[in-house]
Amino acid sequence: MFDIERWQEVFETLSKNKLRTALTCISVASGIFILIVLLGFSSGIQNGVKDQFSSDATNKLSIRTRSTTKGYKGLNPGRNIQLKMEDFIDVSRNYDDYLEYRSGNYSIWGSLINYKNESGNFRVQGVMPDFQFIENADISEGRFLNESDINEAKKVIVVGNKVKTELFKGKSPLGEYVSIYGIQFKVIGVFFDPGGEREESNVYIPVTSAQKAFNGGDRVRDMAFTVPMSGSLNEALELSEDLVAGIEYDLKQKYIIAPDDIAAIRVDNTLEEAKKIYSLVDIIRAVFWFVGIGTIIAGVVGVGNIMIIIVKERTKEIGIRKALGAQPLSIIGMILQESIFVTMFSGLFGLIAGLGLLELVGPTIDNDFIKYPQVDFNTALTTVFILVIAGTFAGFLPAYRAAKIKPIIALRDE
Amino acid sequence: MIQIKDLHKSYKMGSNSLHVLKGINFNVEEGELVSIMGSSGSGKSTLLNILGMLDEADEGSYTLDGVPIKNLNERVAAKYRNKFLGFIFQSFNLINYKSALDNVALPLYYQKMPRKERMDRAFHYLEKVGLAEWSHHLPSELSGGQKQRVAIARALASDPKVLLADEPTGALDSKTSHEVMELIQGINDEGKTILIVTHEPDIAQMTKRIVNLKDGIIIDDHKVEQIRASQYV
Ligand SMILES: Nc1ncnc2c1ncn2[C@@H]1O[C@H](COP(=O)(O)OP(=O)(O)OP(=O)(O)O)[C@@H](O)[C@H]1O
Ligand SMILES: [Mg+2]
Repeated sequence: MFDIERWQEVFETLSKNKLRTALTCISVASGIFILIVLLGFSSGIQNGVKDQFSSDATNKLSIRTRSTTKGYKGLNPGRNIQLKMEDFIDVSRNYDDYLEYRSGNYSIWGSLINYKNESGNFRVQGVMPDFQFIENADISEGRFLNESDINEAKKVIVVGNKVKTELFKGKSPLGEYVSIYGIQFKVIGVFFDPGGEREESNVYIPVTSAQKAFNGGDRVRDMAFTVPMSGSLNEALELSEDLVAGIEYDLKQKYIIAPDDIAAIRVDNTLEEAKKIYSLVDIIRAVFWFVGIGTIIAGVVGVGNIMIIIVKERTKEIGIRKALGAQPLSIIGMILQESIFVTMFSGLFGLIAGLGLLELVGPTIDNDFIKYPQVDFNTALTTVFILVIAGTFAGFLPAYRAAKIKPIIALRDE
Repeated sequence: MIQIKDLHKSYKMGSNSLHVLKGINFNVEEGELVSIMGSSGSGKSTLLNILGMLDEADEGSYTLDGVPIKNLNERVAAKYRNKFLGFIFQSFNLINYKSALDNVALPLYYQKMPRKERMDRAFHYLEKVGLAEWSHHLPSELSGGQKQRVAIARALASDPKVLLADEPTGALDSKTSHEVMELIQGINDEGKTILIVTHEPDIAQMTKRIVNLKDGIIIDDHKVEQIRASQYV
């Protein structure tokens, strides 16, 4: 392998047959190139999907109620179901061990918010302190809501970055007052959200203040939780599904809802969605590998074919070498080395070209579902490894044939 | 140097078999220059290939420099060929993309001789056959006689016990043939044992002993008064 003479011979024979070498190189290089680009894009899709989910915690559960759609125990369908703060407290207490963050919310959809002469329509949500983590919100200035804000129903507000730029023109809003339906709220914090502008145009106030200010009584519009992410995604998913089933059962018992009424209580399980999408991403990835490997196999078969032709053409030469004392093993080594070299060289070329393309085109891709397409070091290493194996396979049959050449037959004069 | 007893060889072709060598007995002493003659198809090349361990006899014994040659596997045969034998072919059999020097150095490469030493030695033998200035030329840039001289240098490079030449002058005109024979005689003068298969009586006369083959047996084996090739050149 590390014998200079061998290498010289490999170069000699390859450079003697430039066209043939070039064609072989192209078939392998394009195989690797395609594989790398496909893998890059599959990781891009993965990144894009991950990003889509990062606007909220991936392990979020949210529960809201609507009207019943089925009659049950003498009750008519179309009955409105309204969650109360006590429901939230019940769930929190009964399932304490299985919940990470929890928040009972009372939101008003679009509301006009005024600050001095500026005004804008934003979504006002009455929430609890944990909601920051359920939403993946990042505090950039001030603080989020705390327990005492809730207990004392303080008139404080945390605004999204979009609100800051629109109402405050980018100035720090901390300590300023905004009014919602004529009620004054003091700004105590600003947040960013990976969900982008849509979520950054939310404002959060204590749930208790929202109930008081907007005639909520002890009503709750929705309850949001996260489940602990211990163990695998599958374990967490199973836990969350059990949890959802338990909560649904309790609520249906309490509000006398038909067990098969799927519309009355709505549960959004982000984990379940995530799981679906991730398994889709996995499938895409597998398909890409499959296609890529297929192309490589085609390339390898090409190399093998060409090596067989080379061996045939060099029958006489191999016969001469054997007559002069070449061991069968050294002939095998010669052919194998040539084939490994060709696949390695052209494969690396394809690898670099593929990485280069991703590097060049990657940043210009502006799509919600494809982000930062790239191939990590390990994957690149894997493809190189595949190449060496492929080259060995491609060379093996021709090398074996070469070793079997009998000098007496090879040297016979025609 | 060479002892052969009752050597038989047949080729199987489908259901028939062709009995080519039918009991060859002959010995060659060290330093001899022997020509093997006979009509086409009489089995000359077959005999030489067996002597060269490129082929195996069906029956009989063959001893080379005291070593019995029998049931060799490929690895051992390759080693013995490299160590004991030098081949010269009618069609030269040089590797066409290697320079004259690299061709000569090839048997030494298979002896795992270090590069520097190998090249020095190969150059020495090229000098010996008078082709020092041509060492970096490819075979395609050489004349037939020059090619054969490169092949002779290659056969000599590993300092073998015996040189085996199958019609070394078969592809050359008479003038070049004589030059090549002069070279071979010179090498023999230095003590090397050489066997030459030839069709040409005048070439045979330049050896020291003629063995005549007919239908797979030796019909005549006699010493001759050697004619020096130099007198024709
Ligand atoms: N590998 C083989 N398979 C079958 N028959 C063979 C084989 N090699 C040689 N023969 C036959 O054996 C016989 C002797 O062949 P050989 O080559 O030894 O003759 P030769 O004396 O060298 O002839 P020439 O002077 O034409 O070179 C011929 O009839 C030939 O056809
Ligand atoms: Mg012959």
